[in-house]
Amino acid sequence: MDFLRPTTWEEALAAKADRPGSVPIQGGTDVMVEINFDVRRPPALLDLTRVAELREWSMTGGLCRVGAGVPYAAVIGELAGPLPGLAQAARTVGSPQIRNRGTVGGNLGAASPAGDSHPPLLAAGAVVEVESRERGVRMIPAAEFYLGVKRSALEPDELIRAVHVPPATGPQYFSKVGTRNAMVIAVCSFAIALHPRERRVGTGIGSAAPTPRRALEAEELLAAELDWEAPLDPALLRRFGELCARAAAPIDDVRGTAAYRVHAISVMARRTLTWAWNDHLKERAA
Amino acid sequence: MRVTLTVNGREESADGVWEGESLLYVLRERLGLPGSKNACEQGECGSCTVYLDGVPVCACLVAAGQAEGRVVRTVEGLADGDRLDPVQEAFVECGAVQCGFCTPGLIVQAHDLLERCPRPSDAEIREALAGNLCRCTGYEKILDAVRLAAGRKEAR
Repeated sequence: MDFLRPTTWEEALAAKADRPGSVPIQGGTDVMVEINFDVRRPPALLDLTRVAELREWSMTGGLCRVGAGVPYAAVIGELAGPLPGLAQAARTVGSPQIRNRGTVGGNLGAASPAGDSHPPLLAAGAVVEVESRERGVRMIPAAEFYLGVKRSALEPDELIRAVHVPPATGPQYFSKVGTRNAMVIAVCSFAIALHPRERRVGTGIGSAAPTPRRALEAEELLAAELDWEAPLDPALLRRFGELCARAAAPIDDVRGTAAYRVHAISVMARRTLTWAWNDHLKERAA
Repeated sequence: MRVTLTVNGREESADGVWEGESLLYVLRERLGLPGSKNACEQGECGSCTVYLDGVPVCACLVAAGQAEGRVVRTVEGLADGDRLDPVQEAFVECGAVQCGFCTPGLIVQAHDLLERCPRPSDAEIREALAGNLCRCTGYEKILDAVRLAAGRKEAR
């Protein structure tokens, strides 16, 4: 095994282009587990922690650009204002030690259906910035990034450089089911983002399908029928929960059954929409 | 490969490090610092918690090469000579140590908590220690120890 340590983004792209089989490593919270347990022996590790720019975030072109090396602890400490949904999800990741190391970029790279970043990124309409030496930058909407279980649109010679997330213009919530409040891989999870200016609601379902995904029919229902001036119609709320559950396609596994996940998605969808709607009405009244 | 890093204030080097090796393995098996414990090897138990550039991390999830040139502080580096850190003292006095396997990680993690948050609430203590498993104590004595250490550090 080789250990590659680029110190600039250009060096990192060159290393990935020359060694497409190398595995990028950032916080190591996924990659090192696989190596420690001998389930993966990549020909090379590509350490990205020395590429300093990856640890930075900025507001660019009206979007919050979060470098692929920004740890969850920084998302929680510095980005809870513009990205409340992602920050909430970050708070549920692992433990303090894991949140000090793990990154949203790594979560995207691993592309696990259970990754906590994915539902809020989907709900907010995030776009993933990837790059290769040969073909330059590609901007991939989160909804098109996840292709299968632990499979993403990232090509072997590409690296994730950042994720661009529109700052919240309305309330956002994340909900996650697990056996305790820490160290939990989601049994299933759900994120919601209200976009009041567009009269639209974004959704993200986690750990209840082969990939993280939006509940498109549920979003369309709200776009068509939600009255943004009024309290939530209980019948509409129920239909929203049903359509979110219908968007899920879970399996039975060690963490939970498919039937439980479908049920939990409908509950979390109703709950998060209710929380967000209460905030929305409060903001309007203020 | 060779890995050179600063551990507990001293520059240390290890040769023949395998590229997939963890920082934990380097500390324990190559540098003779067995304080940090090797248990789950997947970041679940917290018993290998060390400071890496001042931030507590699971040493089992840091690739050795990522620690090149970095500054590591382990449980062995908390005491001032023979004088234990207040967190270590409090763990002893409160009976927060039974088999002792989880203790080094808990002490480093509690040490970090009190550096950042000198007067933590119980909720903050629980949150800070959420990634450190103990199968003996039932945690109550550990919480007592952190409260005691917080009071003593503040009184100093």
